Amino acid sequence: MHNEHTDSHFQKRIDDGEHIEPKDYMPDGYRKHLIRQMSQHAHSEVIGMQPEGNWITRAPSLRAKQILLAKIQDEGGHGLYLYSAAETLGISRAEMIEQLHTGKAKYSNIFNYPALNWADIGAIGWLVDGAAIVNQVSLQRTSFGPYSRAMVRICKEESFHQRQGYEIMARMMKGTKDQQAMAQDAMNRWWWPALMMFGPHDIDSPHSGDAVKWKIKRESNDTLRQKFIDKTVQQAELIGLVMPDKDIKWNESKGHYDHGKIDWDEFHRVIKGNGPCNKQRLDHHINYFNEGAWVRDAAEAYKIKHLKEELVIA
Amino acid sequence: MKTEDNQLDLWEVFIQSKSGLPHIHSGSVHASDVKMAMQNARDIYTRRGEGTSIWVVPSKAIKASNPDDNDMLFDPSNDKIYRHPTFYIMPEGAKNI
Repeated sequence: MHNEHTDSHFQKRIDDGEHIEPKDYMPDGYRKHLIRQMSQHAHSEVIGMQPEGNWITRAPSLRAKQILLAKIQDEGGHGLYLYSAAETLGISRAEMIEQLHTGKAKYSNIFNYPALNWADIGAIGWLVDGAAIVNQVSLQRTSFGPYSRAMVRICKEESFHQRQGYEIMARMMKGTKDQQAMAQDAMNRWWWPALMMFGPHDIDSPHSGDAVKWKIKRESNDTLRQKFIDKTVQQAELIGLVMPDKDIKWNESKGHYDHGKIDWDEFHRVIKGNGPCNKQRLDHHINYFNEGAWVRDAAEAYKIKHLKEELVIA
Repeated sequence: MKTEDNQLDLWEVFIQSKSGLPHIHSGSVHASDVKMAMQNARDIYTRRGEGTSIWVVPSKAIKASNPDDNDMLFDPSNDKIYRHPTFYIMPEGAKNI
């Protein structure tokens, strides 16, 4: 009889292209890697509601307000899909939230930048969601079943996010000189942080080795980043935006765009907590979590009261 | 120290995408009672016309088979190929069968 509780049997299943389900044997490292990655992903969706939330009351039209509300509701939903998927690995949602609040778990660095004006809402949808989509499309084929299923669902919903952002940018670029300048300024501020969303270069990426072997990650950071750049340059040029990187140039022999050096010192500075909004984002989450405690307590009390009533009737 | 679980009960959500089709597992929600579970399932899993019917089931009520039992549960069907129509030899020329 073959033993199914071994790392070699697990690796064979992965190599054969099977999905791993929650009750299947998995090495500790696989479980830990997934919990770290999926909880970070879920936290990112939820924290990502904040920069856009500021603009709901200031959206320039009722149409824009409705769209923004729907988009932010989606982000909340995506967070919930991902929390649920992570919970199948044996971590509770309360533990994940605690790890976020103590700083043990991270969220995407991009949300530590502020959304200063309406053009930023365009740039976030187009560039930030655009970069996220490239990553998430790849993750649809990740080896852990619940994560893969959550990604399929999320990808179906994300393309609306990117299109609404690009529509805002395109409309501003057809507007007044001031509006055009605002759109270009937002592009300039969000472009580099969006490129950093894919993480360090492959040669500097500490978690990639196992993640690739286990097929949690299906494509490397640099491959995904390149896909995003190749897609975005044409979209920028079409609406008259200038790429904020003078080294962006089509490389005929590679079939890709070359790009300039990414400022990783800035990336590490922000990741260590010194970005423009790190403290604000986390404080906001902690405050609302604490202020909402009475709602959860009331719901539990209501449940218990009705359970007792049912017992009396029975 | 164990973190206190203050995130309400877990429920599994099954959605029927249109009448005539089966309810299929969509994911989970947290909720304190069935009414909240139904509302959350509606808000989280059917924002774009994904469903015509929702089932919510307390996750505790679901008993899943153990992957260790897969050989015992699922292997015996492999040696009963006579359960498949392709097992049978039809006379040459037989039609509509």
